[in-house]
Amino acid sequence: MDEALTAKVIAEIAAVKRIPVESITINSTFEELAMDSLDAMNLLFALEEQLGVSIPDEAANSIKDVRSTVAGVRRLLAEKSGAQS
Amino acid sequence: MTASGQRVVVTGMGIICALGATPAECWGALRDGRSGIAPIQATDVRELRFQNGAEVQGFRAEEHFEPARCDQMDRFAQFAVVTARQAASAAGFELPGETCSNGSLAGKTPFGTSGERIAVITGTSMGGQTSLDRGFAAIYKEGRPRPHPFTIPLTMYNAGASQIAMDLGITGPVFTISTACASATHAIGQAFWMVRSGAVEAAICGGSEAPFSPGILRAWEAMRVVTPEVCRPFSRNRRGLTLGEGGAMLFLERAERAIARGARILGEVIGFGMSADAGHLTQPSVDGPVSAMSAALCDAHLAATRVDYVNAHGTGTLSNDETETRAIRQLFGAHAENLAVSSTKSMHGHALGAAGALEAFATVMALREGILPPTVSFTEADPVCNLDVIPNIARHRQIEFALSNSFAFGGLNAVLAFRRWEGGV
Repeated sequence: MDEALTAKVIAEIAAVKRIPVESITINSTFEELAMDSLDAMNLLFALEEQLGVSIPDEAANSIKDVRSTVAGVRRLLAEKSGAQS
Repeated sequence: MTASGQRVVVTGMGIICALGATPAECWGALRDGRSGIAPIQATDVRELRFQNGAEVQGFRAEEHFEPARCDQMDRFAQFAVVTARQAASAAGFELPGETCSNGSLAGKTPFGTSGERIAVITGTSMGGQTSLDRGFAAIYKEGRPRPHPFTIPLTMYNAGASQIAMDLGITGPVFTISTACASATHAIGQAFWMVRSGAVEAAICGGSEAPFSPGILRAWEAMRVVTPEVCRPFSRNRRGLTLGEGGAMLFLERAERAIARGARILGEVIGFGMSADAGHLTQPSVDGPVSAMSAALCDAHLAATRVDYVNAHGTGTLSNDETETRAIRQLFGAHAENLAVSSTKSMHGHALGAAGALEAFATVMALREGILPPTVSFTEADPVCNLDVIPNIARHRQIEFALSNSFAFGGLNAVLAFRRWEGGV
């Protein structure tokens, strides 16, 4: 699940930044990837659409790298499935 | 030098519209009387009461900008930057080699001055409403929870001006004027005054527009001012305007500076006038346009009898063309018989907030080349539009002074006065 989610986040970052998937790892920071605030906004919008979650503004502000993005989205997905069950 | 300050000249122009993607292409069409009006391609218009528009053909943003930057600009802002680059390049800016860069040109300006002494003033009537329309369609039609996060920065009316500033490293006064169909003329007039007064050394000014999106076209259809065929300004069988898109920018600077640096001078801006009808929201008046034309002549210290050519607002609606004719006759009196008047909207369509910039380009070129562009698609004289409208074929006539009229919904009128540059630089 985590690997699939990580791959999904990386794929979306690659699409937003128009860079190869191979250039991104779970340890990459947004700074290293030259992700500015508009890019981050674009990424979160894409993840919300793809995964059907709503990322709160506070969470959005705290996401600075791939790992924290994956962790945040995983938590939101867990909350969503918990709410549904 | 005028009593109001320094002489102001045009040392660069850029343009993109239905007639072409460069000044040479667009002037060629204006001179040859070729219309850019054709069936609308941008969206499905089969259900609309009109099918024709004056669209920019074959524009590919990615040929001008890196992909990520394309995403951050509505089409109207892309037109603004592309034409500003043309104007700046013609004026002697050294543009960055890359197609996309925020590489500042400060220090690389033709003056040796920094970007803070240059202004950018743009006009637009609808800004990035195409992006807003797309965003609203996502919510109301597709049921999505929110539009794309770039919707606000894409839509904002100042996006064109801001993108030009970022593109060229201009850090002086940068702002946008939105006065419907007079936007670009107000923008050029304001820039002219700022350069003349010495508030700035130079200015990039003009307008851009890109209104071909489903919601915007429906709104224009509802106003019942768009012709179901083609726009025929001043013709008895005229049935309305044809919407157009595009942009044009002028690079203005003081004549003495342009001469000192050996710049190629394309023409001179000599006056600007404006007025408000303070009457009806959409019905034009005679007095307002008379007042604006009169103010432009006064600002230029120019007698009405010296004017040879008027690039009319000439939308092709029943009401505008008759009212504008009356205004011209009232202001010019017997001299109206000697005036040549044409509406180039018959070729590049009505590009709304960009219209005044496209027409400023046409007017500067008419003075420079000694060729007055025609009013095309003219088929039948109308007694209530009894002016010499240069029907269908351009006229070779070397003239010295010309006006360019823009009269907007909301009763806002703006007029520029131009003079042929004889300095030989």
